Amino acid sequence: MKHVTRKATRHVNQNEGLIFEKSSPGKAAWKLPPLDVPEVDTAELLGPSERKDLGNMPEVSEIEIIRHFTRLSTWNYAIDLGMYPLGSCTMKYNPRVNEVVSRLDGLANGHPYQPEKVSQGALRILQTLSECLIEITGMDAITLQPAAGAHGELTGLLMVRAYHQSKGTPRKKILIPDSAHGTNPATAAMVGYAVENLKSNAQGMVDVAALASQMNEEVAALMLTNPNTLGIFEQEIHKIADIMHAKGGLLYMDGANMNALVGKVRPGDFGVDLMHLNLHKTFSTPHGGGGPGSGPVAIKKILEPFLPTPVVITKPDGSLGFEYNRPQSVGRVRAFYGNFGMFVRALAYTLANGPDGLRQTTEDAVLNANYIRKGLEGVYDLPYSTPTMHEVVFSDKVQAKKGVKTMDIAKRLIDYGFHPYTTAFPLIVPGALMIEPTESEPKEELDLFIEAMKSIAEEVEEDSQMVLAAPHTTRVSRLDETAAARKPVLRWKP
Amino acid sequence: MRYLPKSPADREAMLKAIGARSIDDLFAPIPAEYRLNRDLKVPRQMAESEIVDWFRECSRENAEAYVTFLGAGAYYHYRPVIIDSLISRGEFLTAYTPYQPEISQGTLQSIFEFQTMICELTGMEVANASMYDGSTAAAEAATMACRVTGRNAVAIARSVHPEYREVLATYAHHQGMPLATVPFTESGRVNLNELDKAITPDTACVLIQSPNFFGTIEDVAAIADVAHKHGAMLVVSIAEAVSLGIVEPPRQADIIAMEAQSFGVPLTFGGPYCGVIATREKYVRQMPGRLVGQTTDRNGKRGFVLTLATREQHIRREKATSNICTNQALIALMANIFMTIYGKVGLRELAKQNLAKAAYAAQEFGRHAKVLFSGAPRFNEFVVQTSEDPYAINGRILQHKIVGGLPLKKFYPELGNAALWCCTEMTTRAAIDTAVSSVAESERIVKSVKEPADVQEVAR
Repeated sequence: MKHVTRKATRHVNQNEGLIFEKSSPGKAAWKLPPLDVPEVDTAELLGPSERKDLGNMPEVSEIEIIRHFTRLSTWNYAIDLGMYPLGSCTMKYNPRVNEVVSRLDGLANGHPYQPEKVSQGALRILQTLSECLIEITGMDAITLQPAAGAHGELTGLLMVRAYHQSKGTPRKKILIPDSAHGTNPATAAMVGYAVENLKSNAQGMVDVAALASQMNEEVAALMLTNPNTLGIFEQEIHKIADIMHAKGGLLYMDGANMNALVGKVRPGDFGVDLMHLNLHKTFSTPHGGGGPGSGPVAIKKILEPFLPTPVVITKPDGSLGFEYNRPQSVGRVRAFYGNFGMFVRALAYTLANGPDGLRQTTEDAVLNANYIRKGLEGVYDLPYSTPTMHEVVFSDKVQAKKGVKTMDIAKRLIDYGFHPYTTAFPLIVPGALMIEPTESEPKEELDLFIEAMKSIAEEVEEDSQMVLAAPHTTRVSRLDETAAARKPVLRWKP
Repeated sequence: MRYLPKSPADREAMLKAIGARSIDDLFAPIPAEYRLNRDLKVPRQMAESEIVDWFRECSRENAEAYVTFLGAGAYYHYRPVIIDSLISRGEFLTAYTPYQPEISQGTLQSIFEFQTMICELTGMEVANASMYDGSTAAAEAATMACRVTGRNAVAIARSVHPEYREVLATYAHHQGMPLATVPFTESGRVNLNELDKAITPDTACVLIQSPNFFGTIEDVAAIADVAHKHGAMLVVSIAEAVSLGIVEPPRQADIIAMEAQSFGVPLTFGGPYCGVIATREKYVRQMPGRLVGQTTDRNGKRGFVLTLATREQHIRREKATSNICTNQALIALMANIFMTIYGKVGLRELAKQNLAKAAYAAQEFGRHAKVLFSGAPRFNEFVVQTSEDPYAINGRILQHKIVGGLPLKKFYPELGNAALWCCTEMTTRAAIDTAVSSVAESERIVKSVKEPADVQEVAR
């Protein structure tokens, strides 16, 4: 391969089997203190409910566990290793002070049912984060309870439904643009709404005329991602909000792309009635290989009676507490109060930034996306020329002529030391390459990325077979996903 | 801003390359009237040391270094230190969902091991990569049962965690899913006669918890018989995962919805935790959540991928099994490491210590107050009924930096002055004895106040 990869070099890493393959009877990584109460006769206490055998659970020593998971970890790509340009995923730096403060004794070991009197610290965190997020979104109130973005959508639509119900009828439909994330229609279905598709116009934005003709008294809400999944700000957002409100509908904003807006514009100011945030995107809590997330829902005053219970309040004596008695509430969407550990991290991030840092963060995120766009324009097809905010979407139109698709380019990018961008989404762009650099990338890393993408485009012309067989440098080559789904092997067996 | 890796010169150069005069050019698509022309009203930028101090202050006001007798779906177990050493590795902490298997084998293999161990412990054939938590896992298991059976109603035991029941009610409300609540008997177990009556031809599943909210181990086999007789599935929620070390798993269940928080996940004031759904192989295509499967690469080498994605929202959109997108990968990794550390022998020994502590405590409390539901086996929780309001007793115990059991009035008014107490391997005999003496003192005072009153009554 004649193309030089400046970013990455191959190096040896360790092979490692499954933990069960290292197990043998008598090895142990645990030690309990001596029992300070009388021993019990388990058979007598439990009778037929006593378990006698734990099957094939492993028996290994501590050093083997350390090596096992450390070896596995080296097979992962991570933000800590380099740019992670997944569109709409906002893979930004996860500050380490967040991890330290979330492990402070009183916070990590706080029990959700301990008396409010000795929970003032946790309650203060809930309240302070709520106030910050309300200010950032320009809304009036918030619930932190939802466990993730999709869970926030569910909570939001439950409130939409309760709101309309309180006015006489829950209405029947949710409008969703064709560029939307798959969770939007799935959520609408869970709340008992029919989904109606809304087509985008030639600029990649909501077709306002189409919206006006589709909007009627049967529509409960429009679920809109803004900036949308093309990275485009809905420039006619005020008209969209007016059309919804004129017929009594609500404007729901999917806040997945809030990283383009913080400190620059507030959804509450441009007509949004409710929105969810992804703390694991915009507010730097770690993705951790796919969770935990956290999906607070910020709302306008009209929706406040419907918030999930409980709600944090300031009591007459000035102390903080939970309020449970809310007759119009949609109920509870999760046990306890939400992913509190993520609230600690998101608040630490907000405090580390302050108003100036938050604004600069947004500006850098948008700057980075535009820099990549400029660098790759002409090399990859740009289906929508409308200005880009925090992410840019190209297509594989040019490369597809050589039989190379977006996924192939993505796999080749791995050989250059990068994680792939988001492939084949949004659905309205055939063969999409969706790239979101976030603010966390220095200019040098962006230059390496642009160089790698240009180099791959050249490789497609010169040796498309090589690109089609990529990646060439990973522990495993492309895996047989069809076989995995046809005859699923979902657990190890001896 | 210390997280931002650009110098002013870098920004200038980049703007120049783009052909923009200033950063404002890039925000031109936002209509001018909506642009924010002021600072956000959030606290000013803080130094790292200030941030640590701010949260230390919160930590100090949050029962720091208190001993707790609270359980009720969130359990204080010892967390071996290597859990945090390992999950803090950036390659685990800062990785995304493993959609690109060639550079995610670490996460994928660890989830495959997690799924395997959950199967071993629950006696089920397949387990998913995790759900948000035990409460949402239970609700999702109920909706899964509706898909499998084509029926729409759920019979749920009143001895299931009250907040889990509230979550199910929220999920059920708009899916046309009627809920019937099944009472418990004197022994704290599901009332089988009432259960039999509560099941209709529309009942998709019976949802119970074992050990249940009172710590009582249900007679799962008997409940399964009743459910299956009517063609309904049995869903069992397990909130205290450590119980699986010594309590026979509910093998008669069709779906198990678990909370794995007890496996090395810190309490953290209620979350993030780690739900899991496990079931029979034949139902796997109706199961929500991510799944990792084994396969091979082009050279025949073993590898792992996310699989059966056609169930999921990003493919099926409104026809998906659930809208769930993320799982709790990092928390599942904590649970995975915890299960690996304790393993086949340690988990049993750990569970046995929990059993012994709770048995001792229940016996000691029983000398002075009434321990309810003693007719059935229990794991590490039990209900104590006192003469005095448990909030008042707890207020006095709190002075010893001990958090007493959870008063149950809010959830079960019929149980009067009852509280749910939990003991784990972390509960010392000294703490138990202190709490017991507070309850004994309370009973003594109540009785001494009562007796003279009774005497007067007779005298009059």
